[in-house]
Amino acid sequence: MKKGSKLRKKAAPYLFLSPTLILMIVLLVIPICLVLKYSFQDNAIVVKAPEFVGFENYEKILGDEDFWNAAKNTVFFVVVSVVAHLVLGMCFALLLNTDYFGTRTKTIARVIYVLPWVFTASVIAILWKLMLQPHGIVDYLLSFVNLATKDTEWLSSRQTALATITFVNIWCGYPFYMISILAGLQGISADLFESAALDGANTWKTFWNITIPQLKPILISIAMLDFIWTIQSFSVIWMLTGGGPVKSTETLSIYIYKLAFNRTQYAHASTAAVIVLAVCIIIAVFYVKQQRKVRE
Amino acid sequence: MVGKHKRAVKILLFFLLLAGGFFAGFPVLWMFISSLKTNAQIFAWPPTFIDSSFSLHAYAEILTNAEKVRYFINSYFVAAVVVVLTLVIGILAAYAFSRFDFPLKGAINAVIVSVQAVPPIVLLIPYMSLIVTLKLFNTYFALILTYLVFTLPYCILMITGYFNTLSVDLDEAVMIDGGSRWKALWRILVPVSLPGLVSVGMYTFMQAWNEYMFALALTKTNNMRTVPIGINLLMGQHSYDWSQMMAMSFLGSLPVLLLFIFFQRYFIAGMTSGAVKG
Repeated sequence: MKKGSKLRKKAAPYLFLSPTLILMIVLLVIPICLVLKYSFQDNAIVVKAPEFVGFENYEKILGDEDFWNAAKNTVFFVVVSVVAHLVLGMCFALLLNTDYFGTRTKTIARVIYVLPWVFTASVIAILWKLMLQPHGIVDYLLSFVNLATKDTEWLSSRQTALATITFVNIWCGYPFYMISILAGLQGISADLFESAALDGANTWKTFWNITIPQLKPILISIAMLDFIWTIQSFSVIWMLTGGGPVKSTETLSIYIYKLAFNRTQYAHASTAAVIVLAVCIIIAVFYVKQQRKVRE
Repeated sequence: MVGKHKRAVKILLFFLLLAGGFFAGFPVLWMFISSLKTNAQIFAWPPTFIDSSFSLHAYAEILTNAEKVRYFINSYFVAAVVVVLTLVIGILAAYAFSRFDFPLKGAINAVIVSVQAVPPIVLLIPYMSLIVTLKLFNTYFALILTYLVFTLPYCILMITGYFNTLSVDLDEAVMIDGGSRWKALWRILVPVSLPGLVSVGMYTFMQAWNEYMFALALTKTNNMRTVPIGINLLMGQHSYDWSQMMAMSFLGSLPVLLLFIFFQRYFIAGMTSGAVKG
């Protein structure tokens, strides 16, 4: 009797956790093991008994020009997005945090500024596709400053397509930064700013010597999260350009999706997926370390 | 002199505030305006705001089309089930994390946190074979199960945080009266943390409502498609009937938009907790 109740006490937390554990094992742990397995097989999924081929798939993917093209596009897309998100998010957060506007103005502005974050990828894609059409509103507005003509095609020209999808990604991603930075700004003690003012520091100096150092942990955290998210982005690019024209907007996610679902080369797709996963895990490890540092 | 300077700064900042509002809000406004025009008028040069072609025709067209209404029903159903399951499973897990110490606690927690670092595309390939093996391809179940993997971690972390702020005395009071842990959880902890649960629930709804890639790969027939796929399908179907696409986009964004406008405080609390608290 006593032994039984002791066992029950020990098992209790696992009982509460059991639905989560089952889900995580079936839909996370097993799939990741599967994808690893596929990456070492020839013709995984397609044939009944695929052969084990060691690192052959890895050699093939790492020797594939298209893989490196996709990697290059991804680096551009991710780095430009993250930097622009950071700058825009910071500017908007500072703007919403000034004493120059009334509370109501700031509340309305905040709702409008967060709007792009609310929309689903397909709405974002379709909306920008409309606006970026030749004869569209973007061409019209930019024709006043001579940056476009009536017939400028932003998405179907190799020169502009990658920059254009990056811009769309910047548009829909900055609100997360803005809101996090705003929360961080409101958490900085007013004393710090007062003593800086007493020392005669100007706005610029206060920003670099107080605001930035105080926000640094938050900035690093969100930038790392955004790095991981942006490497993963698929939907908006897929719907805007599908990777084209001529692979000029093909990022790693698009490259993997096309390998798997258009060309049914699951083994090669899995190999590329494992490489992307490894990169994300490395960043995540840094992220967790950073979080620990913040807590201490 | 100082007053004049301050006024100049204020005007400059106000101008910046408007420019930012234009950048963020104009595309959304343009979507709404375009949904009220005919296709020809959308590309008028110079463009117009509201013109003679104003009509709600595109909305009527969508709301009377059984196939498109079905997309909305599918999306509401999938999102609602995902919210309920996420909350129930998440509450149970959060209770374990908040009230017990057990040997594998750290490891399990690490797995849950690490989900954020796993790109969905990595899971999509094995899901394809897994879902087909389980005979769930092209069913609601396929979507509900796979969405849970991405909604649960956030939910568990948030609710564990809420429960940790509640004193253990609350549970013990129930248990001294002869109640079980089960009773303490559902009768005391859950009602007390209701505001937090509402916020998590809304965020989950938004994730499920907006998901695109799994819905694209794991469903095949139109009676299983969700709104994001439906919007995307319009692109090929009607040789670009833009006003209908914009109307569908607007209708598809409406649930999340309304939730967001009425409960923005909750949303913003949810968004920031990840980065600020960690």
